[in-house]
Amino acid sequence: MANSADNTSVAFVRKEMVEESAAPTRAVGLVAWLRGNLFSNWVDSIITLLILYVLYLIIPPLMNFAFFDAIWSGTDRAACTTEAQGGVREPDWFGGCWAYVDAYFNQFIYGRYPDAEQWRVNIVFVMFFGGLAPLLIPAVPFKQANIIFLSIVFPVASFVLLTGGNLHYTGFLLPNFIMEASATRFWVDYVIVTLIILAIGYGVSRGTDSDPGPMITMVLWIMGGLAVVLALFAIPFGLQPVETDRWGGLLVTLVIAITGIAVSLPIGIALALGRRSNMPIVKLFSVIFIEFWRGVPLITVLFMSSVMLPLFLPEGVHFDKLLRALIGVAMFSAAYMAEVVRGGLQAIPKGQYEGAMALGLGFGQMMRMIILPQALTLVIPGIVNTFIGLFKDTTLVLIIGLFDFLGQIQSSFTDPTWASPVQLVSGYMFAAFVYFCFCFGMSRYSAYMERRLDTGHKS
Amino acid sequence: MALQDVSQDVGQPKVALFNDPKVRGWVYQVVLLVVIVYLVVVGVQNMFANLAAQNIASGFGFIGRNAGFAISQSLLEYNQAESSYGKVYIVGLLNTISIAFIGILLATVLGFLIGIARLSHNFIVRGVATVYVEIFRNIPLLLHIFIWYFGVLRLLPHPRNSGDLGWLGLLNNRGWFAPKPLPQELFFITAIAFIVGIVVTIFISRWSRQRQAKTGQQFPVFWTGMGLILGLPVLVFLVTGLPLEFDYPVAGGFRPSGGMTVIPEFIAMLLALSTYTAAFIAEIVRAGIMAVNKGQTEASHALGLRHGPTLRLVIIPQAMRVIIPPLTSQYLNLTKNSSLAVAIAYPDLVSVFAGTALNQTGQAVEILGMTMLTYLGLSLLTAAFMNWYNAKMALVER
Repeated sequence: MANSADNTSVAFVRKEMVEESAAPTRAVGLVAWLRGNLFSNWVDSIITLLILYVLYLIIPPLMNFAFFDAIWSGTDRAACTTEAQGGVREPDWFGGCWAYVDAYFNQFIYGRYPDAEQWRVNIVFVMFFGGLAPLLIPAVPFKQANIIFLSIVFPVASFVLLTGGNLHYTGFLLPNFIMEASATRFWVDYVIVTLIILAIGYGVSRGTDSDPGPMITMVLWIMGGLAVVLALFAIPFGLQPVETDRWGGLLVTLVIAITGIAVSLPIGIALALGRRSNMPIVKLFSVIFIEFWRGVPLITVLFMSSVMLPLFLPEGVHFDKLLRALIGVAMFSAAYMAEVVRGGLQAIPKGQYEGAMALGLGFGQMMRMIILPQALTLVIPGIVNTFIGLFKDTTLVLIIGLFDFLGQIQSSFTDPTWASPVQLVSGYMFAAFVYFCFCFGMSRYSAYMERRLDTGHKS
Repeated sequence: MALQDVSQDVGQPKVALFNDPKVRGWVYQVVLLVVIVYLVVVGVQNMFANLAAQNIASGFGFIGRNAGFAISQSLLEYNQAESSYGKVYIVGLLNTISIAFIGILLATVLGFLIGIARLSHNFIVRGVATVYVEIFRNIPLLLHIFIWYFGVLRLLPHPRNSGDLGWLGLLNNRGWFAPKPLPQELFFITAIAFIVGIVVTIFISRWSRQRQAKTGQQFPVFWTGMGLILGLPVLVFLVTGLPLEFDYPVAGGFRPSGGMTVIPEFIAMLLALSTYTAAFIAEIVRAGIMAVNKGQTEASHALGLRHGPTLRLVIIPQAMRVIIPPLTSQYLNLTKNSSLAVAIAYPDLVSVFAGTALNQTGQAVEILGMTMLTYLGLSLLTAAFMNWYNAKMALVER
């Protein structure tokens, strides 16, 4: 290596840099992308061309039907039928009849809810979406107030708004010869029940040498709160009562799906804890409950709640059809929810339980403050997925004679005003579009939460 | 200060009876048990009172009675005038099982294809598969069924001008009229050849595995098996002189005569169930394949295995371990979802038994009980299989 300094004298060594030349056209740009992604070998090319041809067969007619040949306004079937069928379109016309969807739009959303009262439904929708949106966005503050609004204020307000409230209570405890059936008797009964609960609680506290103070405060809070809610249901706000058989469309779909998920979450948590409990009877009961509902199809559950449930109730007690469907749906989804929550509970490391116990927390405190907040956050995607499933499954209630969104569309096909060969296709296309928007939106949210919650390491 | 022995002072701490977790647990459980028993007893009492008030018979006596309604598809001999409710149950159950079985086959094939397509390096294949999955799983199954049944099959031509599928028979809005195979006398030899082919293939594959374990030599089991299972029966079939004839349907005014009918409800259910479930299976397959560590592929290539054997011997066996459990629950879902047949009156278990038979007899408790227990039984069987499979396939770790 002595003459490394004058190696520049070697003739075949370059002395200056070569000009940069452009990358070969086959390695960058459109051509490379096409070669890499569409035509990497001959099998690939054939498949690509085949799929392109199939897409060519499907997409232009679909676009024509949905947009270019579609009818956007009109008053009756004449707008959406060809001349031979009694309408105004040219002979081989085939397009979407959005005028029909527009004419029925109100029914698709509200069912047969009276026109003059639909503002009540609108307020409920606004309250729900207005309350939900900030809850779903992680950056928005005041989550606790938000949850209280959605879980307490919203259900009470929407119950009063949707049904009209003004319930009449007649009491449940004192027999008729002491006091006639009236609202007063109900409240007397209520106070008696509260006192009985307080007495039992006090007795237990004294028997176990513990301070009855917190227990009494808690019972009073719960019973007081419940009394306020019940009183709100009974106050005559002057709203016209609307029977549930007039409800329909998207309203029923959302009521069933949201009530189902809201009721099933607490039951599901209780069942999940029960299934992991080491008390044999509780565990057995939870396992049987969960496996039973998960093992049968929803439609048989709905049949059961609509046909069998009335048989188990004492004579004179009638549940309305929607409430029966709600009970069936809630039981069914509680079982699925329990399995989702159980997954979350299992994912919490044992150290968290042991740490909580070492701090001297009781079972309730440990669950409330340490385990459930972590477990439930982990299973948010699972809960959303259960909700998507439930949202799609609400369509089944049309089989037991409730008019949900799909049921309302299905029933609109019998109307001769809009009868045309394209009515069915237009109706189903609209239904598919609406369901797709809801479900796809939710599944995107679930995927987003999954990415957000992914810590990059599995425990 | 000297140390003091305090051990005598620390005896068992005195705990109030109710604060003892064990006692408390039992108290809770007894309370729960009492509440449940109370609810059940009250419910059953109410039920008997209500049944008596409504003059509804109870008990399973109705099983033997004549049902007296027609069923549009039956795998067994079903006679409207004579067959009993028990027969209705069996016919419905067989219809459920048949749609579930064929649906599962189709959904699996379609689902695996789409799942693999979602991992393709071909942009357009990947895109189409993604769009398929997102569209199909985000639309309710009932809407799928309605679209197929009311939207597609109703638009097929009237029986008077049925679509001619050539040797596949006729297609119109009353269903698919397929040629009916009529096996002749010597056909049983072909059937035997088929069974022999399967049995011999099983033996060969076992032998070849043992030989490979011993000597490392491989044997083309797949092609031999195909030859034995398909080739042998075809050969026998040809040798015995084509002992199979077909009864072709003939177009008629009201409905084609001859052949065998596949009712449109069956076709609609089958298409809806299999395309819907395929979207879920595709996601499971994709997740399963992606769950296999990339190092496995690299290690396999490093050992000198090519792409095909890598996939067959390394990736797929490991992916299957992830795929099978959710796949089984999708099969179960498909079976349970087949109960939606009631919406378009395909005669499955729910439709004929929990629908028509229930309406006729009014015995909701017995009939719904039987129906639910049947589905529950199917679920538990599947769950048992899954547990067995998981135990068999579980990674044996140190």
